[in-house]
Amino acid sequence: MKLITHNMLSSKTIKGVVYGYPLIIRASQVLTKDVDFNPEFIQRMIPKLDWSALKFAAKCVGHEEDLPDEPPANMADEDVLKRIHHVVMEVDVVDGFLECPETKRQFPITNGIPNMLLNENDV
Amino acid sequence: MSKIATPDISHLTAQDYESIYEPAEDSFLMLDALENELPLIMAMKPSLCVEVGPGSGVLITGLATALGPACSYIAADVNMKACMATVATAQKNACSVETFCSDLLSGCGRQLDGKVDVLIFNPPYVVTPPEEVAAGDLQHTWAGGRKGRQVLDRLMPEVPRLLTPQGRFYLLIERENDPEEINAIFRSMELFGKKILERKTGPEHLAIWVYTKLDRAL
Repeated sequence: MKLITHNMLSSKTIKGVVYGYPLIIRASQVLTKDVDFNPEFIQRMIPKLDWSALKFAAKCVGHEEDLPDEPPANMADEDVLKRIHHVVMEVDVVDGFLECPETKRQFPITNGIPNMLLNENDV
Repeated sequence: MSKIATPDISHLTAQDYESIYEPAEDSFLMLDALENELPLIMAMKPSLCVEVGPGSGVLITGLATALGPACSYIAADVNMKACMATVATAQKNACSVETFCSDLLSGCGRQLDGKVDVLIFNPPYVVTPPEEVAAGDLQHTWAGGRKGRQVLDRLMPEVPRLLTPQGRFYLLIERENDPEEINAIFRSMELFGKKILERKTGPEHLAIWVYTKLDRAL
């Protein structure tokens, strides 16, 4: 699970949960994988990212210092775009859990794939 | 003219196809339709393509190989084996697709709202008794219940809020699914549709439709 994906996952479907976002990452294995840097993609993706959730995710996996505090005002700054690319596209949570911030219910991440399925009792 | 090369799925075995859908006429019809649409898709400079129920991953992988790394690709399947097959198919074809296991897109809550440039859904469309829907991994892939619509009917209300203003929703519809009624439901949500490709294959009459918020964008 890349952090771009974490940015779009939520436990809001659980009965009684108000936001369910951002999910807490409890990682037991995190890899960084080389992904070709595509500045145009990062520029286009930034407006779709919830920045505070991204900061939170980066902190969960020990990459907080790689990210600016705010989305960049200058979209032409390639150095900043590269750092964002690294956090969003290259950091990969292979094993662990996502945790609902309200109910503490855990969703396993196995082979890099989060399992967001709920039981009938949860919804 | 841009093309979509049919993805290499030689890594998937007969055993895989006991629990995931083996690409068939409907899959290839969607690939052909996406290929025809590539100029329009490229023109909107998408950053996020999402597929619901990717199965083998052949569709989202085909799109990812054609559009390249200037976009992200995410797919959600209710079957973990399909999620794993999708990741493997993407890797086999030298691209990257993120997956998660979820009932439709429920694992996203509202976090995908207004972000999806391209949404693809090849639903379980075969008319079956209602109780056969979701009765097992393979039934998940084809059993559609009443009018073959029971799964699609649950996704439809979510589509307008997921799409970006230019976003395009590609949907496979079989004639038994009642395309007129599907269109009427989407129109009531201010989504406009057009049939872009159709094919008769045995007893089935399959079509690919595209829906957008702007009818002039069709």
